[in-house]
Amino acid sequence: MMAKNKKTQAKPKVGLFVTCLVDLIRPSVGFASVKLLEDAGCEVEVPRAQTCCGQPAYNSGDKSDARALALATIEAFEAYDYIVAPSGSCAGMLKHHYPDIFSSDPALAKRASAFADKVFELVSFLVDIRGMTQVDARFSGTVTYHDSCAGLRELGVKQQPRKLLSSITGLTLCEMEESEVCCGFGGTFCVKYPEVSNAIVEKKSANISASKADCLLAGDMGCLMNMAGKLYREGKTMQVRHVAEVLADMTDEPPIAAGEGTDS
Amino acid sequence: MRPHSRSFKNNASAALKDASLQLALGGIKNGFVANRAKARANLPEFEDLRDEARAVKEHALAHLDLYLEEYEKKVTASGGHVHWAPTATDAREAILDICRKAGARTVTKGKTMVGEEIAINDHLEGAGITPVETDLGEYLIQLRNEPPSHIIAPAIHLTKDQVEADFRKIHTTLPYDRVLEEPAQLVAEARTVLREQFLAADIGITGANLLIAETGSSVIVTNEGNGDLTQCLPRIHIVITSIEKVVPTLEDACTILRVLARSATGQEWTTYTTFSTGPKREGDPDGPDEYHVILLDNGRTEMLGSEFHDMLRCIRCGACMNHCPVYNAVGGHAYGWVYPGPMGAVLTPSLIGIDEAGHLPNASTFCGRCEAVCPMRIPLPKLMRHWREREYDKGNTPLFYKIGLKLWAFMARHPRLYQGLTGLAMPALARAGRRRGRFKSLPFAGGWTRHRDLPAPQGKTFQQLWRERGQIS
Repeated sequence: MMAKNKKTQAKPKVGLFVTCLVDLIRPSVGFASVKLLEDAGCEVEVPRAQTCCGQPAYNSGDKSDARALALATIEAFEAYDYIVAPSGSCAGMLKHHYPDIFSSDPALAKRASAFADKVFELVSFLVDIRGMTQVDARFSGTVTYHDSCAGLRELGVKQQPRKLLSSITGLTLCEMEESEVCCGFGGTFCVKYPEVSNAIVEKKSANISASKADCLLAGDMGCLMNMAGKLYREGKTMQVRHVAEVLADMTDEPPIAAGEGTDS
Repeated sequence: MRPHSRSFKNNASAALKDASLQLALGGIKNGFVANRAKARANLPEFEDLRDEARAVKEHALAHLDLYLEEYEKKVTASGGHVHWAPTATDAREAILDICRKAGARTVTKGKTMVGEEIAINDHLEGAGITPVETDLGEYLIQLRNEPPSHIIAPAIHLTKDQVEADFRKIHTTLPYDRVLEEPAQLVAEARTVLREQFLAADIGITGANLLIAETGSSVIVTNEGNGDLTQCLPRIHIVITSIEKVVPTLEDACTILRVLARSATGQEWTTYTTFSTGPKREGDPDGPDEYHVILLDNGRTEMLGSEFHDMLRCIRCGACMNHCPVYNAVGGHAYGWVYPGPMGAVLTPSLIGIDEAGHLPNASTFCGRCEAVCPMRIPLPKLMRHWREREYDKGNTPLFYKIGLKLWAFMARHPRLYQGLTGLAMPALARAGRRRGRFKSLPFAGGWTRHRDLPAPQGKTFQQLWRERGQIS
């Protein structure tokens, strides 16, 4: 795949859909994504006219705002060869739900579908489209990987991150039980039904601890913030990072929720 | 039963504190879920079979009127009677009418969720008729005067110890010091008690997993054989079921049965798969003298062709709830009516209204595991989202939430403003949280921080840093 792409197009232009949580909470994931995409031979741009994919509105039944945000995102990105996001949830929204949003308008549906064909989640893009088989990174420790729901079930992200992680010197992957079960985040669900969400993340936290790993990785900031927040509330000292940081060998920043203080 | 879906939050809260319920729910993972995974792995064509089963139901629904009329003709030709019931009231009246004409005092029942939907037990009792549940799970919850908490395992919320205690309390004619340690001993005791009821019953009521237009047969699947005794021993057999259960042919029924048991319990076939076609014929050694089918609509016709059409493909296997993180956390009673879990979150608002059941399609993380395991490939999260859209359009969304959503959406639709404001807010928040890296509490974030810390932002936003690096795009 990579060879073919190289022949037809030396450097595909990738528009990075940063995602609102990476933009606001953890920019280092954005820079890690840029590095990985450049390592995979892409030219990366970050359109300024991007904010959020619109999922909070879409999943709250607010069709008009979802539609407006979807259209703005399509306009900002449709000129790129690929649109890549370091999140299965946001990429799933762009790839599968945008075409649904415009299904009653043939002209826009066609546009949304052409756009959707070019959308990928970061790690699956690196492996499936760019043919990446290994990364040049070091990491010392045992990690466990949580399969975020949308990435797994909407986009088939499962083996790709594991494949790249296995190429890292010093890294051992230790699977947790029920890695494919939801962490209880669910976007606005976690604040609308806090007790139920808490019960779900408690189980997740127990599975993470039981894996004996000292670092938790996943490909979605929402899930990571939820799991990190719970692990720290329970007094567990676990490094929590977005998988892109480890793959890009950019782990200088403190882990999610860890801070610079000594009490982390 | 009177719905209490409106109080989902309180129901869920109580369920989470119920230690014995939590213990009972803990068994789902290594039971239904593990068994389904094994059954799927053992059948290479399982995914193709799902497509085939889905196509069967889609075809049947597209020509529902034709197949229902064909089914009625065949039932009538075999000597049975079909009673069309547009509403729950119509269905109950048809049943009570049959009972009154027969002078029935006792009715045995096989498991029927449609029976729960029309609350038939309450109405039978009201008419002085004693309903006796013969499915072990249904029997247990009848003893406790509880509704089912799962569509195929109605007593899944109970532990073995609770069942033992109930049996000692209620089966007072048996010696108190008898041994009731193993599940098999509990089943044997229930069987002994129920055997007498089977023989005494005037009428047997069962549900139907499928109706077959080609033959006029109704099909039930059970693992205890109670359904067979319910429908063969009494003089009258009443099938209470709903219109979307009909499929064209026997072959079609078998296609669906092949995915049903595997998805439900992980069995290739349930222990008993029973086909009933009309009353006892001349020369038949057994069977009922009268055979009645109550065909309930109760809002289903409204769903046909609507955005909830796909839900009519449901074959009631329960896989969606077995794999649902919310159901696994709170159990079925929290949903407050007959149908729990993801299928209930879509179906319940259709049957009892979104005003009562508004919480159900909202109480989902949209993790998609239900859709991934649904043998009929019903896009459950999408259908739940349609309910959220209807609620939003009706103005049912809570005001505080709606204002927040609108403010956020306004910002998100204006990137420059959004980036300007977040560029001020994030660095400030980061300064406050940098040392610890997280917040234990924060204004307006109580929903989050009640149970977990909130990770602090790193500092400037990605957009700020990117521009500062002179990257223009």
